Amino acid sequence: MTSARSPHFASRWLQLLSSALVHELRQRLRQPSQLLHPIGFAVLVALLFGFAVGPQPEKLTLVAPAALFIALLLATFLSMELLFSSDFEDGTLDALSASGRELVPILYGKALAFWLAQGLSLLLALPLLMVLLNISVSLAPVLVFTFVMVSLGLSFLGLIGSALTVRLRAGAMLLMLLILPQAVPLLIFSLGAINAAQLGDSTAAPLFYLSAVTLALFVLAPLAAKGVLSQAIGD
Amino acid sequence: MNRLWLYLNQLGSPPNFWRWSGPWMRVSFILALILTSIGLYGGLVLAPLDYLQGETFRIIYIHVPAAVSSMSIFVFMAVQGAAALIWRIKICEIFVVCAAPIGAMFTVLTLVTGMLWGKPTWGTYWTWDARLTSELVLLFLYLGVIALYQSYSDLRAGARAASVLAIIGVVNVPIIHYSVQWWSTLHQGETITLTGSKMHASMLWPLLVMFVASKLYFLGSLLLRARVTLIEQESGKAWVRQALAIDTSEATNKPGQTSVSI
Amino acid sequence: MQAAASTILSARELIGSRGGFALFEPVSFDLQPGQLLWLEGDNGVGKTTLLRGLLGLAMLQFDSLCFLGQPLPAARAQMQQQTRWLSHQSSLKSVLSVAQNWRFWAVLYQHPPINAAELAETLGLEGLEDQPVASLSAGQKKRAQLALLQFGKPALWLLDEPFANLDQSGIALVERLICEHLDAGGAALSTSHGVLGTGSALAKRAHALKLRPAKLAQIDDLAHD
Repeated sequence: MTSARSPHFASRWLQLLSSALVHELRQRLRQPSQLLHPIGFAVLVALLFGFAVGPQPEKLTLVAPAALFIALLLATFLSMELLFSSDFEDGTLDALSASGRELVPILYGKALAFWLAQGLSLLLALPLLMVLLNISVSLAPVLVFTFVMVSLGLSFLGLIGSALTVRLRAGAMLLMLLILPQAVPLLIFSLGAINAAQLGDSTAAPLFYLSAVTLALFVLAPLAAKGVLSQAIGD
Repeated sequence: MNRLWLYLNQLGSPPNFWRWSGPWMRVSFILALILTSIGLYGGLVLAPLDYLQGETFRIIYIHVPAAVSSMSIFVFMAVQGAAALIWRIKICEIFVVCAAPIGAMFTVLTLVTGMLWGKPTWGTYWTWDARLTSELVLLFLYLGVIALYQSYSDLRAGARAASVLAIIGVVNVPIIHYSVQWWSTLHQGETITLTGSKMHASMLWPLLVMFVASKLYFLGSLLLRARVTLIEQESGKAWVRQALAIDTSEATNKPGQTSVSI
Repeated sequence: MQAAASTILSARELIGSRGGFALFEPVSFDLQPGQLLWLEGDNGVGKTTLLRGLLGLAMLQFDSLCFLGQPLPAARAQMQQQTRWLSHQSSLKSVLSVAQNWRFWAVLYQHPPINAAELAETLGLEGLEDQPVASLSAGQKKRAQLALLQFGKPALWLLDEPFANLDQSGIALVERLICEHLDAGGAALSTSHGVLGTGSALAKRAHALKLRPAKLAQIDDLAHD
């Protein structure tokens, strides 16, 4: 093992990270349907909410931001499976695990690419959802910021979840069962910020906690996922 | 240190574990039964009434030991999981997957007793109280570990994946609890808690007895489950055949059954 | 028994297992630089499991296993870094071009920047380097995969059915690549149902290792790796 402090180690790390990031982003952008399906899904969930609550604006205003956010979250959860599924099918996952090279920077590259493409493309649905659910434009900044943070956190949490389930063919349901409870802090703080903004309160505290949880996931999740992938060996 | 390490390793080897776990399991179950009877009698009959809550407070003799067990078992799973992954000790993997259903059972017990207590106290079975809510999330963490283990066709790979998930969960539990607490104070402020008032000694001792009883039940149940899982995983190995020798010879002696030589 | 440090892979009493059952009778072998070991055996006897186990992708039991004189499992990472695997899975992304795939793996395997056009020519893929992998035939995909074997100059090749899907010239190409690898001091372990052309340069250097199915018996559990 190279010592963690040497400049060579850092440049090698960056090289692997950027190479994996570019490789992964290219694939995601080549498959635009994978980016568009979650958008359609999120809009449909919002539509269901509209039908369920009823058309009265005063009733809708109360739950609309939460409904919008949950629609975006569910769409993110459902696409989480895509983090590793193609790598498993074409043998890339085996080749990476057996390469004896640093996996952590590659996992960073993968999670970041997933976040940039799969996560942030959902922001395109935001204006449409806001119109549908009759949400005032003044909420847009806090919605965008919380969603950016939460989708970053979920991309890294998904790294662990899909590493645990990728070899199982058990599908998105098991992944949701494993990841949703772990995601509770992310959900609470992001929805707390949105509620506070809606009521005109200060959003500083929940946004601070949200950023702290996301940062913790950013630092720890790739290490945990690497542990999972090397444990999954030997079936 | 080295000798202790060797001793522990031998203690954990499948045949040795099989040998010592049997008596321990029986003793734990018997003691748990005796202590539960004493504790319940002390708590439900002997202990004086609570001046605030009346008879309903007596549910703490089940609720509190169950709640403590539901949390401590998760920590136990994470510690065993770490040992399983670092030193690759098979029995630790088995402990992780066998502890999960017991922990889930205690979590359900906590939730149910909490809800039963909530009905007369709060007038409703379920409130979005911070403790009750984090307990529910804890139940889902247990269910996740169980579901993950059961999804693997290879038992050992499943046990190792479950170990990792238990470790991740235990890191996350305090964060989840804190976030739920933050959320709950934001929405409704502090509520009456189940163990708020100071306890008199005559109310305290049955609780302590119940604590010990719940731990002994956990130990006995864990050893029983571990023994079954171990036999399942190691079936066909020489020591299993030896350990179960009496049973197989009995089975082959039954009339109408063809004897199988192994 | 300690093998010389120049021996690339030295195995004693190696067993592969699936679900706790031994697959084949214990095997022992020494693989010197320039040697090719040809794994023979019926379907399901565990040839692929053996290769996966050597890579660290499956469990193996052994009395001793040394890579370049270093005992495993301590030398696991070093062995993985100097070993390359050719499997039936291409590890190439079908939506990306051949050259883009090659560049990713070249970076991972610490290979100097590649000239994709030149490399494509040596593998019989002239003009295809900018095509998406999805548009290639199975044989062409295999040829594209052969490039990964050379990145980073690994000492040991593990080849799982290297001739599958290939035409006559493809088979000749694989044989030539293996010969070059062996000439450069490398070693290879291969499984194949295909018969080596008698008298071919490769057949003369190949040693056969027959895997025999184990009698139904459970292997004793090792407390570690």
